[in-house]
Amino acid sequence: MSALETTSPAQDDTRRRGPLAETLFSLMRSRTFLVGFAIVLFWVACALFGEHFAPYDPLADDIINALAPPSSEHWFGTDQIGRDVFSRVIVGSRDILTVAPLATVLATIAGTALGLLTGYFRGLVDDVVSRILEAFMAIPVVIVALLAIVALGTSKTTVIVVIGLSFAPIIARTVRSAVMAERELDYVAAAQLRHESAFHTMFVEILPNVIPPILVETTVRLGYAIFAVATLSFMGFGIQPPSPDWGLSISSNYGMIGGGFWWTVLFDALAIASLVIGVNLAADGVHGAFND
Amino acid sequence: MTEPAKAKNALELDDLSVAYRVNGRNRAVLRNLSLTIGQGEAYGLVGESGCGKSTVALTVVRYLPRNGSITGGAISLDGQDVMKLDGEALRRARAESVSMVYQDPGKALNPSIRIGRQLTEIFELAGISGKGAEDRAIAMLNRVRISDPAGVMQRYPHQLSGGMQQRVAIAMALANDPSMLILDEPTTGLDATVEAEVLDLIAQLRRELSASILFISHNLAVVSNMCDRVGVLYAGMLVEEGPTDVVFNDPRHPYTVALLRCLPRGGQRKDQGRLDTIPGFLPGIGAAIKGCAFADRCALADERCRTELPPLYDLSDQRGTRQSRCHYHDKAQALPRTTPSDGASAPKPATAPVLRVAGLNKTYASHGHALRAVKDVSLDLRPGETLGLVGESGSGKTTFARLLLGLVPPDDGGTIELEGKALAPKLANRGDDQVKAMQIVFQNPDSALNRSHSIRHILGRALKRLAGLSGKAQEARLEDLIRSVRLTDRHLAVKPRQLSGGLKQRVAIARAFAGDPRIVVCDEPTSALDVSVQAAILNLLADLQAKQDVSYIFISHDLGVVRYLSDNIAVLYLGRIMELGPSEEVFSGPHHPYTEALLSAVPKLDQTETARIRLDGEIPSATNPPPGCVFQTRCPRKIGPICEQQEPPLAEAQPGHSIRCHIPYSELAQLQKAAVTELA
Repeated sequence: MSALETTSPAQDDTRRRGPLAETLFSLMRSRTFLVGFAIVLFWVACALFGEHFAPYDPLADDIINALAPPSSEHWFGTDQIGRDVFSRVIVGSRDILTVAPLATVLATIAGTALGLLTGYFRGLVDDVVSRILEAFMAIPVVIVALLAIVALGTSKTTVIVVIGLSFAPIIARTVRSAVMAERELDYVAAAQLRHESAFHTMFVEILPNVIPPILVETTVRLGYAIFAVATLSFMGFGIQPPSPDWGLSISSNYGMIGGGFWWTVLFDALAIASLVIGVNLAADGVHGAFND
Repeated sequence: MTEPAKAKNALELDDLSVAYRVNGRNRAVLRNLSLTIGQGEAYGLVGESGCGKSTVALTVVRYLPRNGSITGGAISLDGQDVMKLDGEALRRARAESVSMVYQDPGKALNPSIRIGRQLTEIFELAGISGKGAEDRAIAMLNRVRISDPAGVMQRYPHQLSGGMQQRVAIAMALANDPSMLILDEPTTGLDATVEAEVLDLIAQLRRELSASILFISHNLAVVSNMCDRVGVLYAGMLVEEGPTDVVFNDPRHPYTVALLRCLPRGGQRKDQGRLDTIPGFLPGIGAAIKGCAFADRCALADERCRTELPPLYDLSDQRGTRQSRCHYHDKAQALPRTTPSDGASAPKPATAPVLRVAGLNKTYASHGHALRAVKDVSLDLRPGETLGLVGESGSGKTTFARLLLGLVPPDDGGTIELEGKALAPKLANRGDDQVKAMQIVFQNPDSALNRSHSIRHILGRALKRLAGLSGKAQEARLEDLIRSVRLTDRHLAVKPRQLSGGLKQRVAIARAFAGDPRIVVCDEPTSALDVSVQAAILNLLADLQAKQDVSYIFISHDLGVVRYLSDNIAVLYLGRIMELGPSEEVFSGPHHPYTEALLSAVPKLDQTETARIRLDGEIPSATNPPPGCVFQTRCPRKIGPICEQQEPPLAEAQPGHSIRCHIPYSELAQLQKAAVTELA
């Protein structure tokens, strides 16, 4: 009968692109995303290849030239033991760009699993888990970090775990609300009418459909994670010396501002700010692309 | 702004072309469309979704989406060239001379502002304020026959029913006495009984007001009842136009002929043959069209149709001015059927029921009140039979279906037996065999098919879980399965969003049939589809039933559709069965007064108007059902206090035909016969 057989399922080329390709396409046209992405890419390049184009060894001291103001030799000046601030800012991106993304990935994985569980089962599971998560969210990251460092000692792993677990409940909350909306759709009822396991329904049926909000939340969290890592390092609970990490550098130099040695702090602070702004711009773009 | 002399025509579209810019290319949506609507005339615009109906409405008020542009032609509204209006003049024209009523009144009203404020705002724009505006608003609400206008003014939109909301939207549209009223599918989201009410209102208002009406609808019957003239739109082109009754009774374009044939009419049933369908698809927007746009789907088309664009042939005669865009307009009605009308299924010999439901109840707790969504429902379903469930929204149709499937557990006490064995109330406690024996086709395939999965994955998984097949055997069965719903291999690789609505619903049907079910629940499976696609889906369901002896529980608000497919009908009201019996008896009557009202509410194409019964008010809340007979508050045949005091039993009036009414069957027969003759 009918000419179903003769008509192509993809009727016109607006439909031919898949949803992912369409999102990428609109990302590439978003100026916000492109600017943010360029900033992030710059810092990633510094993290990966920084030591190759940094003019000096970021760890080499040169006491004679200590606290030299910015000049053609030392663009950003030198710190109290004569290390080149420019080189330190470039190479200083490495630790924060390892720790923050790993913490975010950990938060995303844990948060997604918790969000799926609470959103899918609702009822008692949701009530119990959600209250625990809320209680957890009420404790400031710094206090958790302090406790963890006392218990586990300072290391990058500790920072990753502390930030990852602190952010997981926030991601879980986003995932939960997305899952609760999906759960009402008929394809979930259809899965139940096949006697599918809860695991299958959650991870094979629902998960692929909640990827967009997860991606958006992840990029937003990455910005916060960078800020959190810098804060912890500044407070001495995060990345440890002799790393040229930005937060750490600010922490060891901010006493000098009073003496007029602003360059020992300003450029690290600008680096943190630019990275956070870059990530947030990119996150904005991702959010826009998924919500068009 | 009162013009002393009105222009001859309220609206003139002259050679209008509109395009949407998609991916950097202009795609034609309306192609050289010319039409005129005279003063005080009601003009109906019909066609399948995607043919450009709503674009016409938006273009008239220059309210196209950002990527839309008028690429040619002229629009004249009441003699005023709309294209030449600048910002302020356009705003005035929109405020004063043209009004629109949209499909979904819930979205057209601001949810957080009281009705009164929303109405008075319109008058304030016109320079009337304070008490004056309020009085005008109340007068407007009176005009749309809202009984307690002062009370309604104080309410928020969500506190009104759909019908009331649409009345308010109409009141707002009429507030400034526009010369042109555009109604874009104004009753599509409403129940049949409410639809009838709103259509009556529009018809009455037409007599009182001078406004001309552009009435856009996919429902041919609604247009035939409401409009003086009708235009049939296809791929952005007018293919036929003329007086409504002439066009619908003597169509001269194959597309109109085919559209009319898709509808189950005159009580057609599945055992009397299949519905006709329209093969193929509407050309995509912006498709290059050489020759006649409909040629690809037209069985009459020849070489000339494919190469030479037919002009609008003038076919005016003493019945009125009319035109058709077909080279062979005189032969249009000879359009051969695309579906052979045979394929009739023979009536089934009586066998033991496959499903037996006894005393089924469902009570929800709602803000401390008990909400009885389903009350004491008992019925049987035999193999190969269809049970139609009808009733307004809120009558418990869908809840009943979910109880059967185990998606919602029923209250204790009732029983559901499948092939003689009691089913556990919860799905998780049912056996795999029992689960696969009962499947469902949902109303909305976009929600029912996982948008992340390919069709192959969706159907393959169903075969694995429901038929226990994997590997080669699964592949082979998959081929059979998609062939049985008339899909092809090509459709397997794609995701649901790449398929049209009709194709998606075929996938959903294939999934339901993957495990050779005994019973398939069809929950409004065609309500989201165009008539031509609906016909194809109904044919498919009838074919599958004839072949596999499967039973259907068919839920629909479209009584014509229910009648086509059903052997038995259950009429539900507030969760109770009001009438249960063989389809023909329920339709031909004598029937329950509620059934009578439902049938009377359906707009009919052939305009052989039967007794007009309109239900007053809304369906009462299930948390607080009326005492006695639950229908007594709206019943046009209420006989007295007994209706308010005692709930009538569901009594067998004829063998196999039960009615829940205090009026004896013989008396119902007389009353309803009298009503029909009275009108004739």
